[in-house]
Amino acid sequence: MRRRFPALALLAGIVLGSCATGAAAEPSREVTITFRYSRFVPATPMTVPAGVPITVTLRNEDPIAHEWIVGASEEHAAHRLGTEPHHEGRPTEISVPPFASRVTTIAFAPGMYAFICHLPGHEAYGMTGMLTVREMARQGIAR
Amino acid sequence: MRRTVISLAAVALSLGLAQTPAAACAGLIGSNGAVNLGRTTTLAAYHDGVEHYVTAFQFLGGGGQFGTLIPLPGIPSDVQKGGAWTLQRLIRETEPVALRSSVAALAAPAPARAEVLLEKRIDALDITVLKGGSHDVSVWATDRGFRLSPDAPEMLEFYAKRSPIFLAAVFDSDAAKQRGQRVGDGTPVHITIPTPNPWVPLRILALGKQAADRVDADVFLLTDRAPNLLPGPRAELGLLHSAAASDLLLNDLRADEGMAWVPRNAWLTKLRVDARAADLTYDLAVDASGSGMPSRVAAGLDAPAAPVTPLDAPPPWALVTLAAALLGVPIAMSVARSRS
Repeated sequence: MRRRFPALALLAGIVLGSCATGAAAEPSREVTITFRYSRFVPATPMTVPAGVPITVTLRNEDPIAHEWIVGASEEHAAHRLGTEPHHEGRPTEISVPPFASRVTTIAFAPGMYAFICHLPGHEAYGMTGMLTVREMARQGIAR
Repeated sequence: MRRTVISLAAVALSLGLAQTPAAACAGLIGSNGAVNLGRTTTLAAYHDGVEHYVTAFQFLGGGGQFGTLIPLPGIPSDVQKGGAWTLQRLIRETEPVALRSSVAALAAPAPARAEVLLEKRIDALDITVLKGGSHDVSVWATDRGFRLSPDAPEMLEFYAKRSPIFLAAVFDSDAAKQRGQRVGDGTPVHITIPTPNPWVPLRILALGKQAADRVDADVFLLTDRAPNLLPGPRAELGLLHSAAASDLLLNDLRADEGMAWVPRNAWLTKLRVDARAADLTYDLAVDASGSGMPSRVAAGLDAPAAPVTPLDAPPPWALVTLAAALLGVPIAMSVARSRS
């Protein structure tokens, strides 16, 4: 179900930590994911187009820290054994402090990607979600 | 008489407690991420509008600090070291154990940006009474290097809506070692809480547990008359004992440190919680007034209509409720540990 998520999946134009979409002719698709009671909202899988920058707004409404890590199963397997206390600088790995928001922009290759909070116990508690990335019609991907 | 009670308490501690399923009002996780505090024992008592909690924290070794949060129905007027045998005596009353030898009697004695209402050091325990919402309490814990478990946001909000008072107990295992405390030694703490609304926190026992984990707890109630409870006995909340308390029991309890308030006559009830963590979604509301109407809000079955403000002074209630909960919970706080 989860496909490999190579570095190539992150296309040019990745922007981290900024709400600005710039003056590009192709507007970013936007997704907002809320962290509430240690769960991702909405709980239903989201679908975004492939090959275009997707702006993901992460809103943590909990009084505890969370993280949002999106990728293929290999990425998550590594994070389950990882020791990084905080994630910064990679658009697919975002730490979100309590009652804070972060914005990341990612261009995905087609496929299905899980996003998970890998802080201890959070995945087991149910802090997981799924992102479906679909090819769009040619004219929908202005590159 | 006093010597007899001490002997019984020691036996109960060495035998009875050891055979009692772990339980308690919240728990702790140490700086290395492990759960160091396996069992806490809590007594909630009610007399003349004042609820008494006696909680025993058991030292299980290890190093560093770890702590626990206990939701309270009101603002405590005092926190002091608890008596030596109250909890063990209640166990003894309902689960008699054989006296195997006189040697057993010689066993070691049982030994926040939230608004800080009270701070006290009891042996190796740092007690802090906090007033605030789930956010405030979480920040308080975070500021001290603890991290709450993922179920904490919902759990703390569940309690804060009814009573924004929490007691945080941080156990300093290094100090315990320096004090000569041995693994298994307990530190009883007696919390005095003026409140018109006694209830026993049960849901907090599931904090930090996985859905399929078991919660085991013994809850003792001592009331003027047979109490009305909400929820009533059910599969995961069994009624083990319901009878008039004996004079011997009441005298023994009254003889313990800080227990002079124990009345002359009372009704003893014992319930046992044996539930999946996911099924323990309520607390135990006790109506000791005889009206037969325990509060659904106090039981956590209904949300309060408006934010609850704890009373600063006790109301003129003349009924007695004594609730002893033998609990033991991992609250999932760890210091600076992340895995990703």
